[in-house]
Formats: sequence, structure tokens, C-alpha cells
Amino acid sequence: MPLNPKAKLNPDLLDKAKIKMAPIRDGYGEGLVKLGEEDPRVVVLCADLTESTRSLPFKQKFPERFIQMGVAEQNMATVASGLANYGKIPFISSYAVFSPGRNYEQIRTTCALNNVPVKIAGAHAGISVGPDGATHQALDDVAIMRVMPRMTVLVPCDAIEARKATIAAGKIPGPVYIRFGREKSPLFTTDETPFDIGKAHIFWDGIAGKKLDLAIVASSQLVWNALLAASELEKEGISVRVINNPSVKPIDKEILIAAAKDAGAMVTVEEHQVAGGMGSAVAEVLAKNYSVPIEFIGVQDRFGESGEAYELIEAFGMGVKNILEAAKKVIKRK
Amino acid sequence: MAHLHDDEIKKMEEIANQVRQDIISMLVEAKSGHSAGPLGMADIFTAMYFHILRHDPKNPDWPERDRLILSNGHIVPVRYAVMARAGYFPLEELKTLRKFGSRLQGHPEREKLPGVESTSGPLGSGLSQAAGIALAALMDKKNFRVYCLMSDGEHDAGNIWEAAMFASKYKLHNLTGVIDRNNIQIDGYTEDIMPLESLRAKYESFGWHVIEVDGHNVSQFIEAVEEAKAIFEKPTVIIAHTIPGKGVNFMEFNFEWHGKPPKPDEAKIALEQLRTLGGKIKSEHQ
Repeated sequence: MPLNPKAKLNPDLLDKAKIKMAPIRDGYGEGLVKLGEEDPRVVVLCADLTESTRSLPFKQKFPERFIQMGVAEQNMATVASGLANYGKIPFISSYAVFSPGRNYEQIRTTCALNNVPVKIAGAHAGISVGPDGATHQALDDVAIMRVMPRMTVLVPCDAIEARKATIAAGKIPGPVYIRFGREKSPLFTTDETPFDIGKAHIFWDGIAGKKLDLAIVASSQLVWNALLAASELEKEGISVRVINNPSVKPIDKEILIAAAKDAGAMVTVEEHQVAGGMGSAVAEVLAKNYSVPIEFIGVQDRFGESGEAYELIEAFGMGVKNILEAAKKVIKRK
Repeated sequence: MAHLHDDEIKKMEEIANQVRQDIISMLVEAKSGHSAGPLGMADIFTAMYFHILRHDPKNPDWPERDRLILSNGHIVPVRYAVMARAGYFPLEELKTLRKFGSRLQGHPEREKLPGVESTSGPLGSGLSQAAGIALAALMDKKNFRVYCLMSDGEHDAGNIWEAAMFASKYKLHNLTGVIDRNNIQIDGYTEDIMPLESLRAKYESFGWHVIEVDGHNVSQFIEAVEEAKAIFEKPTVIIAHTIPGKGVNFMEFNFEWHGKPPKPDEAKIALEQLRTLGGKIKSEHQ
């Protein structure tokens, strides 16, 4: 199995019976507590979703630094702007459809243009929110945050990476958006897996002695689907590199250009509209530096609907089967 | 409170008059911008920078300073003019308002000009930022005060009422809101566009202490700010009744002057009126 040893991934990651599961948002809760212990400036605001955004452990440990906003996301962003203006490091927690959805302009003017370190945590992002349906499935949040100057955008792939992303967000000066999924998803990275803002990492790197046929660049829990697809393709003799790309902005240009040169074809995989998301960011880099055929896995200009998480991922074209189809299609386009 | 001497009041009134002339000169040079609001708030801004605020123009980031958040960023020419008169930057720089490369952006930007405290313009989001700073100050047991200047028209926006609930919940007694109650907004009179009355009853029902003053009476305004300092357990809002376009007779009370600058011939008349206090004194330039 061509796992990149430097990525120090969970060796059982392809064993569905053995792999442990946890919601990605759990990592946010753990990261907040760790940050709170390290830095007294960290405060957490929440808009009436304390348990489900995993702001609760911080509230329990540091009640004097937890601020309950009620159902008022615009006020949450702007109060956080004031706290950050003074010198606090506020994390604002809600569902991504509400924050950065409802409070977009407040984030733009009072956090990004004002250039204060407000950290926006968007939980319940993606189609895998499931039964709640389209109103609660954020599929455009990466796009609206990615176009905002000064905003860092992070999309962790499992709860372990989410913990690291949360801690990293608290240690850089500007505003940051981090998005989390709701459902349990595989814990396929480890504490030792590298995470750095501005860096992507190779998780799977081809068949030994064979030239690469394809690179798959993925973010969110779907990185695991990309690894499953790579393993299937390996059985057919197709040599694949899988890149985990959690730092949508700033993006790791070098690793993407190198992958395009080495593989000559690419599939991007994300739980988001293909318009404006991570795949678009990759395409912008490659169009300018080294063009190769790209297929985009993600939601194709539709709203979501109710259903079970994994059922919806399949139904909306983000399953392993869809990645395999896209892989074969893009290799033919070379 | 310390008794204010008549000569102190008189000096502030003179500065406010000079600031109104600055505003006219800046707007005619910029060829765009808002006239009515800045003229109406000249007295209050002067009282703020020349009497009320603990601040240091040579050290605008002094951590213990009082914070003045301007929510309705479009009236920023009055803030720029008063800041220049208070010594934050040279008076000549006022002429760069709204020009390419200027620190004096059409709507204020925190990072461009030290001392403006926050980036603002989109309405309704100043009070919550001020509340955030006030809460942080209470958390860290800091003694500085936070002021938020707002328009009446921006009270159409829900964000303000969210902030009003929040400030009351956290008992932000170190926060004082000031509403420029001039009864106009871009499209017309506030009570025609979206009735705001009773503003007093609304704020009181949200748990605030409310004081109403004549916004052109400097000593009355300063007394209200002193009263606010003595109120514990709740934030205070001062509803300052002002005349939009104050000091220029063809602008006063006219909502059409909300969002446009004077033309050169209009500016000449406006400056003449301000220099002579509407003909009450003889102009030194005649």
C-alpha cells in the first residue's frame, strides 16, 4: 500500500472494521480547550449551538471566557470584532449556513477589512449534515470566504486534523475560517501527521516504479474516499497520488504544480459546490502555471436535500464510485 | 462633575464652528461625500475630543485610552476634521479626503489612519463592536470607557437591536451610545421611511438608561456623559437631537443634503454663513 510514510497516517485506514470514527467538529472542541489553556486571550462566542458546535468543553472549562450570543450571528461577528480589536482572540461558533452565511457582510467589513483576528468556525458544513436538509447544508461557505482578502480558509479532513487546524488558527494574526462536518467520519490521520497553514501533504504516492497516471487533490472527510479510490485504482495498475489539501487559502502552489507535472491529470474532491470551492482554487493555480485536464468532484450547482449522510454523498456524486469514474475520464483526456 | 467654565464652552463652540468650515472645504474639494450629518455632529465630536475622551493624539494606540467607535462611517469628515484640530495629523491632510492614496478614506479604515478605532460604513454594526470592546475591558478590569456614535436611520437595522440586547445582558455600564437624532436618512424623513419612535421607550425596554439632550448644546451633552458614568449595572444611550446641516441655512433640516457635497458656489455661501454665524457677526474676510 503506497501510503506516504512521512504523512504518518493510521495504518488501518483502509480497514473499515478497524478504523475509528468521530465527527470532525469534535476536533474543534478539543483544539479550543488546548488553546484556552495556552493563551488567556482566547474567548469563545456561540449562537445558541453550544453542544453541537462543540463549544461546550471550552465553556465548561473556562466559563468566564465563554460568551453566549443567542440566535444572533450578525451580532456575534461584530461583538467578536470589538473583542479582537481590543486584543482578545475570539472564536465564533455556529453552523456554516448562518456564520459565515447570514453574517457575511459583518465578517467582511468588521473582521477582514478591519483586519482583526476573529476566527470563524462553521459547523455542519457540507451535504453530510443529512436529514436537516438543504437549509442547513452549507455548500458555498468556502467560496464566499475564499474570495475575501486577508481570510485564511481551512477544511480539515478528520477530527484529529480539525484539532490541529483550530490550534493553528488561534496562533496566526488575521481572520480565519474553519469548516467542520457533522457526521462521524474516519480518523485516518494521527497526532504525528503534519499540518501547517499554507501546506498540502501527499498521503498516497503511486505504484513503486511506475509513472504517475493521476493526482487526486481532496479536502474534508472525502480525503478518505479519495484514498479508497486510489486503492481501487492501484488494483487496476493505475498509479495515483492523493494530496490532502486542507489549506484552501493560502494554497500550496508548489505541491499542486509538481503533481500536475508528475501526473498530467487531476481530480479534485470536495464536499462543496464545485463553483468557487477548493477545486476552483486548484484550477486557478494550474491554469496559470501548468495546465492539465481536471475533473471536479463536488456538488454541481444544486441545493442539497434530506437523507442519510453517506446516502447523500453518493447521490450527489461524491462517492468512491464517482471518483473512480472521474479518474478514468480525466486520464483519457490527457 | 467639575464645573465647566463659560470660556471653555465658548472655546469648544469656536472649534466646532471652525470644524464646520473644514467640513465644507473638504467636501467641496472631494466632490463627493455627505454634508448634513457631519455638520450636525460638529458640536458633539468637538466635545468628545476636546473635553470628554481620555486620549493622546501623539499616542493613538495608548491601551488605556477611551474608545470612540463611529458606527455611521459616512459622517467621518467631522471626525477627521476634529482629529486634525486635536493634533492627530496636519490640517493640510484634510484636503486629501476621498482621494487616491489618502489615509482619509471615504469611509474610515482602522488600518489606514491611526486613531479611527474601527472600519465602518455599512450601517448597524458599530454598537456591537463597541459592546465587544466594553466587554473585553470589563473582563480585564480596565477603566477606560467606550462610546459609540450612531445615526438614527441606522436603527432600521436589526444588528443594532441585537447589540442593544447584548449590552444590557452583560451590564456594560462602561458603554455609552450616542444617537444623532436628526430625523433624516438618504430617502427622506426617518418617520416616513421606517418609524423609529419611541426610541426612548425602545431602549428603556431593552434595559438601557436613556438621556435626551440638545445635540448642539455642548454643556448639556457633557453633563449627560457625566450622568452616564454614574449609572451602574446598565449601559446608557444619549439621544442627541440635532439639526442636519447645522449652520448652513439651505442645508438645515433638508434630507436632500444627506449624501451630497456642496458645489463651489454653494460652499462659498456656506462658509460665509459659518464665518459670520449667519450674519450675526461681521466676516473678517469682507
